[in-house]
Amino acid sequence: MSAKKFFGYRRENGRVGIRNHVVILSLDDISNACVEAVGNNIKGTLAIPHSYGRLQFGADLELTFRTLIGTGCNPNVAAVVVVGIEPKWTQKLVDGIAKTGKPVAGFSIEQNGDINTIAMASRKAKEFVQWATELQREECDLSELWVSVKCGESDTTSGLASNPTVGNVIDKITPLGSYSCFGETSEITGAEAYAASRGMTPEVGAKFMKTWESYNQFILDNKTDDLSDSQPTKGNIEGGLTTIEEKAFGNIAKIGKTKYIDVLEPAEAPSKGPGLYFMDTSSAAAECVTLQAAAGFVVHLFPTGQGNIIGNPIEPVIKLSANPRTIRTMGEHIDVDVSGILRREMNLDEAGDKLIEEMIRVCNGRNTSAEALGHREFVITKLYRSA
Amino acid sequence: MSETHFLVHDKADSVGVVVVEDAKAGMDLVGWIMNTDETVTIKANQDIAIGHKIACDDFATGGTILKYGSDIGKVVANIKKGDHVHVHNLKTKRW
Repeated sequence: MSAKKFFGYRRENGRVGIRNHVVILSLDDISNACVEAVGNNIKGTLAIPHSYGRLQFGADLELTFRTLIGTGCNPNVAAVVVVGIEPKWTQKLVDGIAKTGKPVAGFSIEQNGDINTIAMASRKAKEFVQWATELQREECDLSELWVSVKCGESDTTSGLASNPTVGNVIDKITPLGSYSCFGETSEITGAEAYAASRGMTPEVGAKFMKTWESYNQFILDNKTDDLSDSQPTKGNIEGGLTTIEEKAFGNIAKIGKTKYIDVLEPAEAPSKGPGLYFMDTSSAAAECVTLQAAAGFVVHLFPTGQGNIIGNPIEPVIKLSANPRTIRTMGEHIDVDVSGILRREMNLDEAGDKLIEEMIRVCNGRNTSAEALGHREFVITKLYRSA
Repeated sequence: MSETHFLVHDKADSVGVVVVEDAKAGMDLVGWIMNTDETVTIKANQDIAIGHKIACDDFATGGTILKYGSDIGKVVANIKKGDHVHVHNLKTKRW
């Protein structure tokens, strides 16, 4: 591994971002039209509409706030314009994001209507864009990089090659002092005892097991069939994965030999210092990456077998695959080809170096395939039905 | 190095993974056991798609299939060495 530096944007709170978005963020579903209008009006902004934010309560509401505030706080975001239907919760988002020190302003629609709100929010967004476009990248150390990982549309080549390649990167960047995060509580089913043994201490392993058991109980309480129909997925089965146990052992190859130091709630920012964290997330790609981005991770490594095409609006998603058929048939989605491992032309160490090299290029500004293709999947995790 | 048709994670594993797109019934497939760096040859009994598993031995219904050196499920239809192993003869023990 050679280069250990990259050029990023150092934010007011010291964190480092690799993109410089001015985000127009919806508080709630009914403000999406305004948010999209502002995004259209002011070039260089990024509108993030979504489907929730009304009549949620309890832990589900807290998670939505944590996700929205965390999205605004992410260091890939330079400044934020929040639009909501009413002023109180709009202000709650603004206050949460303002703690980072970055520019943020809120606008609410009641007593103004869409048209006046769009005009006011657009003026502020224009000011933010002109300010943000003057910010300069500076040299940063890999230890300042927060990296998340998640796999999708996995097949047996994921467990053989692309997941262990990501594991090799985790093994290489963790000693440098980087932060990293994996999740997918459901997909660890079948290897949960092994996953618990990968905690840095027995206490951390026990915390993982408690999280997993809570998830598993929820599945047992709510299932209408034996889950074989959705786990493994149809794509997984087409790719040759037969059982959830087989999928789980391949999945956890993504963390290499590194042990995780804490277990995070969904969208919770890490607080135990540098190292690898497990986050309680869904295994649905867009939900998982949205939660990891909201926790502050700035670049994502995504191994795929059959070809998951996900992207995220604020956190660039780098895809790698070892499946030669996927690379041939849908290569425009794949940033790093590690199929050479299967032909014994490349070993895991070389594949890991190749992925780090691509990651640094992306950190320096190169658009990922998902960014170039316009994939901006932002999906809030919903814990239960709204009131 | 001659072409490798399938990979086996661990010498204890019951199955290997086909990594070429043209593994046909009757072909002698060359396998690489990754943790011991050994080579084995097994005749494929059916066409096996890339990413799909080939049995490294015979297994009777009720037996256990190992991969990554770990239990990945139970045998639900007899398997012969060289057979395609998938949802028709292997099932999770979880449900």
